[in-house]
Amino acid sequence: MKQKQTHITVENITMGYGDFVLMRDLSFTINKGDIFIIMGGSGCGKSTLMRILVGLKSPKKGRVLYGEMSLWEADPLEREALMRRLGILYQSGALWSSMTLDENVALPLELYTGLSSVEIGDLVSLKLALVGLAGFESFYPSEISGGMRKRAALARAMALDPEVLFFDEPSAGLDPVSSKHLDDLILELRESLGATVVVVTHELASIFAIGDNSVFLDPETRTMIASGDPNFLLSESEETKVRHFLTRGQ
Amino acid sequence: MGVADEQIKMSFSYPSDSTLMIAFNGIWKIDQALPTAEEVKKQLEKGPGVKQVAFNSDALIKWDSGILTFIMKVLTECNRLKVQVDKNGLPNGVQQLLKLALAVPEKKDARERIKHIPFLEQVGSDAVHFVHSTGEILTFLGESFVAACKLMRGKGRFRSFDLGLFLEENGARALPIVSLISLLVGLILAFVGIIQLKLFGAQIYVADLVGIAMVREMWAIMTGIIMAGRTGAAFAAQLGTMEVNEEIDALKTMGISPMEFLVLPRILAVTIMMPLLCLYANLMGILGGSIVAVGIYDVSAMAYFNRTKEAIGLNDLGIGLFMGLVFGILVALAGCLRGMQCGRSASAVGDAATSAVVTGIVAIILATAVITIVCDVLGI
Repeated sequence: MKQKQTHITVENITMGYGDFVLMRDLSFTINKGDIFIIMGGSGCGKSTLMRILVGLKSPKKGRVLYGEMSLWEADPLEREALMRRLGILYQSGALWSSMTLDENVALPLELYTGLSSVEIGDLVSLKLALVGLAGFESFYPSEISGGMRKRAALARAMALDPEVLFFDEPSAGLDPVSSKHLDDLILELRESLGATVVVVTHELASIFAIGDNSVFLDPETRTMIASGDPNFLLSESEETKVRHFLTRGQ
Repeated sequence: MGVADEQIKMSFSYPSDSTLMIAFNGIWKIDQALPTAEEVKKQLEKGPGVKQVAFNSDALIKWDSGILTFIMKVLTECNRLKVQVDKNGLPNGVQQLLKLALAVPEKKDARERIKHIPFLEQVGSDAVHFVHSTGEILTFLGESFVAACKLMRGKGRFRSFDLGLFLEENGARALPIVSLISLLVGLILAFVGIIQLKLFGAQIYVADLVGIAMVREMWAIMTGIIMAGRTGAAFAAQLGTMEVNEEIDALKTMGISPMEFLVLPRILAVTIMMPLLCLYANLMGILGGSIVAVGIYDVSAMAYFNRTKEAIGLNDLGIGLFMGLVFGILVALAGCLRGMQCGRSASAVGDAATSAVVTGIVAIILATAVITIVCDVLGI
């Protein structure tokens, strides 16, 4: 079997706010092309961990390596360049409400590429078509549904053809069918783009449907207590808490 | 030569009379100068009866969205000329992405939203909007009045803590800016007046000028404008953000009237604090005037304050305080009205705050005109 290449390495990360430690000594690796799930109960620090992985919040201790490059020890300009290679879908979508969908997707292209407005327009149409929103270019975020907003935000996240796509609670606020469509879309994009995908979620259906690998964060011990394929953890994990979580408390 | 320096190439060949083969070579990424689909269009139009387009990507090194936008254009052109496309020669990832992009048909009618609106239609639309917004304002005023009546009957529902907070926010915390503006305007007014009065040796009457102008109208208007900019905008932004975050909907679903719970304590707080702020602003303005008269033009402090006391009547003070009360209500109403009318976006919150300030200031000026005319008619 072909050995998978490591894309992201998390080394002894301790995170928190002020004196409060949320999680300590987190160490795991994310393979290139994998869909990696960060799971755990509400308030365990999943989103905070994602913010550390994408460079929005610094850890109290530890390192995040993208290949050989340490995200938090890198020169600010290098870190900025690295962050541009990451696409992030925030929990609320976080589309800029004063801009239309095409302006939302076009902004990173205008800022970080030297493309002409026609070329940017073509790329924007393509990205919106990829998420099933062709023709919705002139709509404002407030004029479309929650599911469509999530997809539009995904189109924006993909604007610069990122190497890693991060999803923070992608299913939050979506009906089961929309949630399934989003999961299918994540799988399709991983297959076709070959991107590494990191998903923060506690939606069991999504975890089992798309996850190749995962970590489980435990708020009581304030550390990760399990890692591996979610389906494997369901049947084989020695941690009762993990099985309890993955079987909805049964 | 590095990989990044590989020149992008696209070549055409005709494996059969009816097939155009497009061969990709090198790196096709958006940060490179990519060929345009125009070249394919020319080949299709000049080719001898091309019925099919095929691709060869054997020499393609790297690709990203750049190649996809190119192929999408080729597909559109082929569709227009009714030429078949064989996508098998494309990389698997490109084929999958194309399938995804073409899975949902484009919403055709959505683009029609951008259109030129004829002048008359715009005028009509604005007129309808004006009538509609007037109705909204009257409804808001009515609801505020009902909420105030409920309060007077002891049935108004809001947290007394909120009222205390707004009293502090719009009273004590407004003192620094009111002090600064009042002192400086008093100073300026005294300067302008005293230069003219000195020509007649009547410097002492600067106390009359500053005192009457301030107490009767000037400071109520100044304080009103300060509060419109400070408090009106804050109310609109607070309520607007609550609207965006669906907090107002949450109140409604719990059966709590936003008018009582959110609007009433704000109006009450500003109504209580405005006359007090006006009174304080009067004192600061008189102090400003005295600094000029006493400090620079050698008028004695005792003479200045005696002259001020003589010049200002109880009527002037009463009218000034009444104006402060009215302006307080108007500023609070304008802020709350625009906040409650706010849309569900960040820009709508900004618009609401701006609109609250403009509405507040216009209302203050209109009310000043009305009160001044009424006072004149009544001979007060």
